[in-house]
Amino acid sequence: MIGGRAPASGQTYSVPELQAMAKELRRDIIQTIYTAGSGHPGGSLSELEILVSLYFRVMRYDPENPAWPDRDRFVLSKGHASPGFYAVLSRAGYFPREELATYRQLNSRIQGHAHPMTPGVEMNSGSLGMGLSFALGCALAARLDKKDYMVYALLGDGECDEGEIWEAAMSAAHHKATNLVAIVDRNRIQNDRFTDDVMTLDPLDRKWRDFGWRVFETDGHDLPALLETFEKAQRRRTKPTVIIAHTVKGKGVSFMENNPGFHGRAPNADEFQKAMEELA
Amino acid sequence: MVAQRRMASTRQTYGETLLEMADSFPDIVVLGGDLNVSVFTHLWRDKYPERFFDFGPAEQNLVGVGAGLAANGKIPFVSTFSVFGVGRPFDQLRVLVSQGNLNMKLVCTHAGILTGEDGMSAHGIEDLSLICSLPAFTVVSPADSVETVQAIKTAASVDGPFYIRLSRAATPVVHEDDYQFKLGKAEEIREGSDVTIFATGVMVSVSLDAADMLASQGVAARVVNIHTLKPVDEEAIIAGARETGAVVSAEEHYFHGGLGSIVAQVVGQNHPVPVEMVALQGYSESARAEELMVKCGLTPEKVRDAALKAVARKK
Repeated sequence: MIGGRAPASGQTYSVPELQAMAKELRRDIIQTIYTAGSGHPGGSLSELEILVSLYFRVMRYDPENPAWPDRDRFVLSKGHASPGFYAVLSRAGYFPREELATYRQLNSRIQGHAHPMTPGVEMNSGSLGMGLSFALGCALAARLDKKDYMVYALLGDGECDEGEIWEAAMSAAHHKATNLVAIVDRNRIQNDRFTDDVMTLDPLDRKWRDFGWRVFETDGHDLPALLETFEKAQRRRTKPTVIIAHTVKGKGVSFMENNPGFHGRAPNADEFQKAMEELA
Repeated sequence: MVAQRRMASTRQTYGETLLEMADSFPDIVVLGGDLNVSVFTHLWRDKYPERFFDFGPAEQNLVGVGAGLAANGKIPFVSTFSVFGVGRPFDQLRVLVSQGNLNMKLVCTHAGILTGEDGMSAHGIEDLSLICSLPAFTVVSPADSVETVQAIKTAASVDGPFYIRLSRAATPVVHEDDYQFKLGKAEEIREGSDVTIFATGVMVSVSLDAADMLASQGVAARVVNIHTLKPVDEEAIIAGARETGAVVSAEEHYFHGGLGSIVAQVVGQNHPVPVEMVALQGYSESARAEELMVKCGLTPEKVRDAALKAVARKK
């Protein structure tokens, strides 16, 4: 529980419980992508502790009423990392875990890239750079409606190549969207290669600061550090806040870790077995 | 030969109509991209600053924020010039607004060659083609200021993505003040039995003048105002083809993907008859709007000639 804002979902998990949950959810991610035969494991594994922190300790929401007007909003801007998002949404109670097996299948509501047809998904995605603008719209709506909800937007680091991210960053500071928190999943790998080879982003912290944001950095897999950072992000808000979460692409599966080859491909049968053994 | 009509600015009408709706639609918010004086949303900005957000010339973000507001129950009216509002954020309109089926209203001014002196980059001659390709959008191109008022109010009243196309130049008013706009229902603005001219936007006025010319030559031209391009009134188009046996389309837009393409598609699928198209054939240049209309062939004479050609092609 952060800032006296109890999650509507009720249960409060300890850090060891969250760590155990993350391991189970990693298995769900690998299973989901393997069953579908396609998908994006790398970013789904790198973002997981960020999502676990948000959904099981930070945000307030009601899976029985996904449109609850007072809910905190979460916007997955890097929409290809949907298997991680779906694993968490399912665990949070938005839809049955069995439905993960329908990912990317005909007549499923679990789409390749996150779409609002899935309970708990706020925004359609799949084209990078849009989520921060959308999240700013959510944040301004809170102001207009005199509500105190927070808006969290998860961005990929490669996604920060998109110009729209910086249009949104500039305007969020201009419009004083203090209820907006962006998280950059800084796993240093994008579709083709390492981010440093495709497009230099550093100094990323200074870029955000110069655009008028408050910047925090944390280890994006260290749950206590993440929780502390989210708590800081809720206090003394005079600017929008960005959390640069340093993560490992493919975290938790040895041969996927820091491997650009697993940005967007499913494991084969042998790789699946090996991954599930590592996550057992 | 050309009728004298009162001239009125549809973009000024837009700004004034927004103000009228402020109390009855408390969820309306207005989003601008640094062209608010030109699109007349400065009237709203100055009166309702807490319900107005400027994003500068950064149209991807402009539409993205609009989508986020719409997803949270607001009715965002997003406005800029048509070249910037449709072309620049097309992907945001596609992924967020259309695929997300969000209640965002995109009202763009300075469409077509009526933008005049600013030249080809400022002439939005592709906007209808682009926006009609997005499945969730309703698309309206008002014929004049009177129709603009009702189109704007209708956009606020119906749920879903909505595009309205307006001009920079003042345009002739073809409707009486008591005119009743019906979304998706074409207006037969002049009766006729020999040929049907389907027109949109400023070309409705031009086509009425063409019909006067045709009448003096013994040809009775029906003129139908296709203000709603999507969903288009297929019945009105089929009726024109069936009852007059020849049709003409007239638009201030590129010939690909606009009204002509829509009319030809409906006629071809349902009741094939000769179709002639009056439209822009490519990019234009800097000049006064009325000079460009002549140079680009968007005149009563050209519409008349197209109608005569369509009539001559009847078997």
